[in-house]
Amino acid sequence: MTEARARTPAAVTYYGLSGDAWKNIAILAVIVAACVLPFVISNYRTFQFTLVLVNAIALLSINILTGFNGQISLGHGAFYAIGAYTAAILITHFGVPYWVTLPIAGAICLMAGFLFGLPALRLEGLYLALATFALGVAIPQILKYKGIEDWTGGVQGIVINKPTAPFGLKLNPDQWLYFVALLVTIIVFTIGWNLLRGRVGRAIVAIRDQPIAAQAMGINTAFYKSLTFGVSAMFAGIAGALGGIAIQFVAPDSFAITLSLSFLFGSVIGGIFSLSGAIYGALFLQFIPHVSEGISKAAPGAVFGVFLIVFMFIMPAGVAGFLRLAWVRIRRRMANRRAQG
Amino acid sequence: MEALIYQILSGLATGGVYASLALALVMIYNATHLVNFAQGEMAMFSTYIAWTFINAGMPYWAAFFLTIAIAFAGGVLIERVVLRPFEQESSVLAIVTVFIGLLLILNSVAGWIYEYTLKVFPSPFPETSYFGGMINGHQLGLFGVTFVTLILVYLFFRFTPLGLAMRAAAQNPESSRLVGIRVGWMLALGWGLAGSIGAVAGMMIAPIVYLDPNMMTGVLNYGFAAALLGGISNPWGAVLGGFIVGVLENLVGDYVVGTELKLTVALVIIVGVLVLKPSGLFGKTLVTRV
Amino acid sequence: MTSLTFTKKLLFTSIASVLGLVLAVSGATAAKKYDPGATDTEIKIGHTNPYSGPASAYGSIGKAEVAYFKMINEQGGVNGRKINFITLDDSYSPPKTVEQVRKLVEQEEVLLMFQPLGTPSNTAIHKYMNEKKVPQLFVATGATKWGDPKNFPWTMGWQPNYQTESKAYAAYILKNHPGAKIGILYQNDDYGKDYVLGFKEGLGDKASKMIIKEVSYEVSDPTVDSQIVTLKSSGANLFFNVTTPKFAAQAIKKAFDIGWNPVHFLNSVSANINNVLIPAGLDKSKGIITSAYIKDPNDPQWVKNKDYQEWLAWMKKYNPDANTADGNYVYGYSVAYTMVQVLKACGDELTRENVMKQAASLKNLEVPMLLPGIKISTGQNDFYPIESIQLARFDGKQFQLFGEIIGK
Repeated sequence: MTEARARTPAAVTYYGLSGDAWKNIAILAVIVAACVLPFVISNYRTFQFTLVLVNAIALLSINILTGFNGQISLGHGAFYAIGAYTAAILITHFGVPYWVTLPIAGAICLMAGFLFGLPALRLEGLYLALATFALGVAIPQILKYKGIEDWTGGVQGIVINKPTAPFGLKLNPDQWLYFVALLVTIIVFTIGWNLLRGRVGRAIVAIRDQPIAAQAMGINTAFYKSLTFGVSAMFAGIAGALGGIAIQFVAPDSFAITLSLSFLFGSVIGGIFSLSGAIYGALFLQFIPHVSEGISKAAPGAVFGVFLIVFMFIMPAGVAGFLRLAWVRIRRRMANRRAQG
Repeated sequence: MEALIYQILSGLATGGVYASLALALVMIYNATHLVNFAQGEMAMFSTYIAWTFINAGMPYWAAFFLTIAIAFAGGVLIERVVLRPFEQESSVLAIVTVFIGLLLILNSVAGWIYEYTLKVFPSPFPETSYFGGMINGHQLGLFGVTFVTLILVYLFFRFTPLGLAMRAAAQNPESSRLVGIRVGWMLALGWGLAGSIGAVAGMMIAPIVYLDPNMMTGVLNYGFAAALLGGISNPWGAVLGGFIVGVLENLVGDYVVGTELKLTVALVIIVGVLVLKPSGLFGKTLVTRV
Repeated sequence: MTSLTFTKKLLFTSIASVLGLVLAVSGATAAKKYDPGATDTEIKIGHTNPYSGPASAYGSIGKAEVAYFKMINEQGGVNGRKINFITLDDSYSPPKTVEQVRKLVEQEEVLLMFQPLGTPSNTAIHKYMNEKKVPQLFVATGATKWGDPKNFPWTMGWQPNYQTESKAYAAYILKNHPGAKIGILYQNDDYGKDYVLGFKEGLGDKASKMIIKEVSYEVSDPTVDSQIVTLKSSGANLFFNVTTPKFAAQAIKKAFDIGWNPVHFLNSVSANINNVLIPAGLDKSKGIITSAYIKDPNDPQWVKNKDYQEWLAWMKKYNPDANTADGNYVYGYSVAYTMVQVLKACGDELTRENVMKQAASLKNLEVPMLLPGIKISTGQNDFYPIESIQLARFDGKQFQLFGEIIGK
């Protein structure tokens, strides 16, 4: 009697460590590099990287909503704006410390997103895109409305003071704000990662891919879709609050529909189906416009448009997708070499 | 009462503007199942081309039809060259990003070549005005041209084999290929036709709003809303949607909430309608296989 | 004894002469003082402008200024130094302005920021510029809040502010049309609201009685036809038109088409013959009242004027592809001229403090292309360079200036 014994394949290792271990090392290395960064670059560059972190949080919100849950939003600039104004109003009118405004902005946007997500449940694809587009187009006008001018500063906007490092730490305001942003980014990404990893994440993705089947399996699609909208809005609001504090100014003109559109294509370029895509997208949004300007002063928009198209051509799944593909190829080659040798 | 009628008439006039662009959006959607964000900029750019011809001395109608032909060719070119690589496996989002890129390129290049000073675009229609100046000859001409285009589009999709082939290619590319439809060329044709319709829209709109590179951005917002309100696949719905949006915008601005929240309220109403009737007022409820 | 006195004398004279030489040399170099951005050969100036986005129509101001400084450099520069004019795009978005200005100040290390454009853009950098003590000079906006040397000593505007203009209209209306029923159309942003504020303040307590309808529009609106219909229906017989060129043309044309013929006040931003009145229709624009401080390049009355001809020659040589009807090229030319005068006055002391000092010491400076009689004056407490304007009425062909020069 021959026994068919199941043979577990030996775990694949690369120079002694598993693939997952390498991934963790990479993440750790990036975090360490991020911590060292402000001390080796100028204040201006630190400021730019703070904005990269802010954008990364905003793009993460799009990745979760559109990438993982399949709901297209062309209006996330609105939640970003609500977060920014919440922070500005709390700081200037109520003297709330800046770091407290971040969770408050998040909470308000969580509610706003959830409430917006409820009627949006009935809308699919294009129609949801239009509804969110309408929100994005309308938000500057709402912010300018003279009825709430006393709070929002109307067309003039609100100027915010930059926070300084506490406890007499030897950091200038730019560096301190960078570290605050870094901490918030790590927290937000951890929350996002946990959310997507577990049952909730699987439900969200199932709703994107096979909504009817998901419902048949007992997933409360309405609840999860609204929840995802809410969480996504929450992250966008936190990003907005942080962004407003970094720029030290909020005004209706900062939140036009172009902002919402840039979130969408930034996510797509970075890689909308992954968390790391948010970071690549944020780097793109921050630095490529400067490159475009360097190439053509007369028509920077055209050069940027060409960049968009070229990036999509070369990396249709975004930078993250491209890197994953490259990683797969490397693994395959290493496996082949192993098999041969 | 008189004021109300005037506002409605004025709303119909602007509504005609939205309706003509909405038609182009519907054409593209029927051919490709995509909403082309760059449609407004394509229309604007075509109008500048027409302007160049007219400025060089060409008579209006010659320039008009020549521009339509060029816009057709341009649309086909964009589809074959820029979009073809994305048709096979790319996600909708990648294509939307490409549209945004196109939008930026067209807008920026138009500004670079033609600058931002206003250009006057002539109207082929008489200057006479009706209803106490609320509607002038050109706006009536705009209605006429929009309706003619609408009927042509409708007849094309409904009664010609080519129109049927295009709709089939958009709805089910694999099966269409199996019955011998050249899907790639159907898409290109759709883009070409949308480009032409857009050019017509631009040339009709420019005499009213004046020609400058940002001429179409506001129109696109409302045109998009109009097309979806009427049902994105339905040309009649799009045109009707355009008029509804135009009148709504005026009435809301004058009677309901004042101009400072006009945009907001108009959009809220549109979204509200969509929540109640998700496929638009006249759209077919899509039945998809699961 | 004599030998000692001799050596002493020698010692003294040599010490004295060495000392004198040292003093003389250091005295000569002490006159040259530089802040970052200025050297023996170059002066770096930073600039932001919307070259993309919804306000890109103003990009031609930046182009004009680039061309003007190019001309100055080709003529030898300012006191032998070339102007290195670095202009960046901010898309009229305040966060982008902040980023670009920080780049210019911290990375490029410019001597000063010249003519950043837009009220929200300048508000966003207002505090930063004053904290960093870098001049935010001749800002390209007419908002009234830039002339505040006590709190913001490093910021100064240039053009007559919007409230000066609308107050002038209000004063004229109170005198000549005291019973008018006023309808206002304004752009729903800081510029539009600033005009309306000044207008209401100028009318004083008569404002609420005289203004019977106010309607606004957004830059993203396709047309303002609906607003014009509303104004006509309200029964207004005087129209205060606060619009940018595209919408001004639409408003003028629609008003005429629907048979509404009010007394028409148009803000100076859009009082441009080629850009606005010709598209609207010259016959439809007859009687429009506006104010001016600068020459309209298409006004036939300036054709023989020497300054105009110099400007036209500059346009032909340095901006051959540009539209000579674009008033932005006149504006850019004039404000760049002002900048060059300030730099000249600095001499070899090119510090930021001296730049502000010279900018605040202009006395009756005549700038080519400003209207005759309108001069620039500034002082320690007067950070409003141009405060005078003149009313003008369009007669179908050109703007007829009338009345006296209003303001200082």
